[in-house]
Amino acid sequence: MEDLKLHGFWYSPFTMRVVWTLKLKGLAYENIEEDRYNKSPQLLEYNPVHKKTPVLVHGGKPICESMIIVQYIDELWPQNPLVPHDPYDRAQARFWVAYSEQLFSAVVPLIYVDIADDEEKEKVIEKVQKLLKDIEDQCVLLDDEKKFFGGDNINIVDIAFGSMIKFLVTMEDLNKLKVLEVEKFPRLHSWFDNFKNVSIIKENLPNREKMCAIMKYIRERKRELQSSN
Amino acid sequence: MEDLKLHGFWFSPFTMRVVWTLKLKGIAYENIEEDWVNKSPELLEYNPVYKKAPVLVHYGKPICESMIIVEYIDEIWPHYSLVPRDPYERAQARFWVNYADQMVPALFAALYFKCGAGEEKENPTEKIWEHLKVIEDQCLGDKRKFFGGDTINIVDIAFGSLFKVLYTIEDVNEVKVIETEKFPLLHSWFNNFKNVTVIKENFPDREKMSATIKSIIEKALASS
Repeated sequence: MEDLKLHGFWYSPFTMRVVWTLKLKGLAYENIEEDRYNKSPQLLEYNPVHKKTPVLVHGGKPICESMIIVQYIDELWPQNPLVPHDPYDRAQARFWVAYSEQLFSAVVPLIYVDIADDEEKEKVIEKVQKLLKDIEDQCVLLDDEKKFFGGDNINIVDIAFGSMIKFLVTMEDLNKLKVLEVEKFPRLHSWFDNFKNVSIIKENLPNREKMCAIMKYIRERKRELQSSN
Repeated sequence: MEDLKLHGFWFSPFTMRVVWTLKLKGIAYENIEEDWVNKSPELLEYNPVYKKAPVLVHYGKPICESMIIVEYIDEIWPHYSLVPRDPYERAQARFWVNYADQMVPALFAALYFKCGAGEEKENPTEKIWEHLKVIEDQCLGDKRKFFGGDTINIVDIAFGSLFKVLYTIEDVNEVKVIETEKFPLLHSWFNNFKNVTVIKENFPDREKMSATIKSIIEKALASS
């Protein structure tokens, strides 16, 4: 068995990307659940620059940054390939993977948004929906003829966006609002249904209530911290 | 000759990355100098999402985002390779390329600061120094002449282009950013980098670059 360890947070979209990749390729690994409020000394040693998860440790050597880890795994274990083979397709996929990071930045404020403040709430939702619209309208990889961004099978774009949309859905549950509206984003909506139903994804998609609960907890901890300062 | 066009701005670090890559590999291409305030319809069509340069167009098909373009070129023209061959080394290099791009907001803040838009409580140079310290301590470490070892790689390209912008920040803010005493390894690395023949021959003139960027920022601030 390969000496593979994954330091992560079960609820983090970034960790999910790596878990899905490992599972899709049938790779055994040791999962090390980190505590965001008390990160292990190993994690801090493995990722001294950002001190963040996920970190994959292969034969004692750390790899950081979720999509860099995903590509690393794909390069070493090419079964069920996730990175497109053709250089042009690969460049397109990487473009949209990079775009998914912007989606994260736009969605994160929803953890802390004051839903009673309509103006603030609308501003955040508008920003997220603008990004979703760009994907819905501009991403040529997302078309009605294909199930996934990767075509018949999922690829790095599906993994990148899948984790972010899962995160967005959690924010919708947390705040009791709808952002990924089916009328506005029919293609994305349909794609996410397909994605969630891929067996490996389905088996490794954290429970919705649990996700909502942990985000609520994170929000409360932050508010406690802010009010004590 | 390959049907290769590069839409870019001569003074942009992102365009520089692509120019250096093409030149290092001796690849001929058509350079299309874009106008900052009047982008061509082609550019807007090729990059509808960001409407930015650089865009490389290969047989009519656009590739966007500087370091994605660099890796694309390296994959198709592997001679004088820039992406490490070993998967682990490749992952490390990509990590630092990502880090370079995470530094960009601090560079922009510093550029806009002196030109009058700064509202930062802290001196934006401080933020840049924090980043430089990380690179000096965590990345350069035991490397030889370059981040790539004896020859330059994608990390050198990524950081090299941003260091070029640091010169502009130094000129605009009248402050020293790449201080030798603070960052001896980086200082030495950048000297090595600037002296690579192809880089030297494709290194925009410092004064021209600073003047152009300063003018762009001032106009942008005036119209906002």
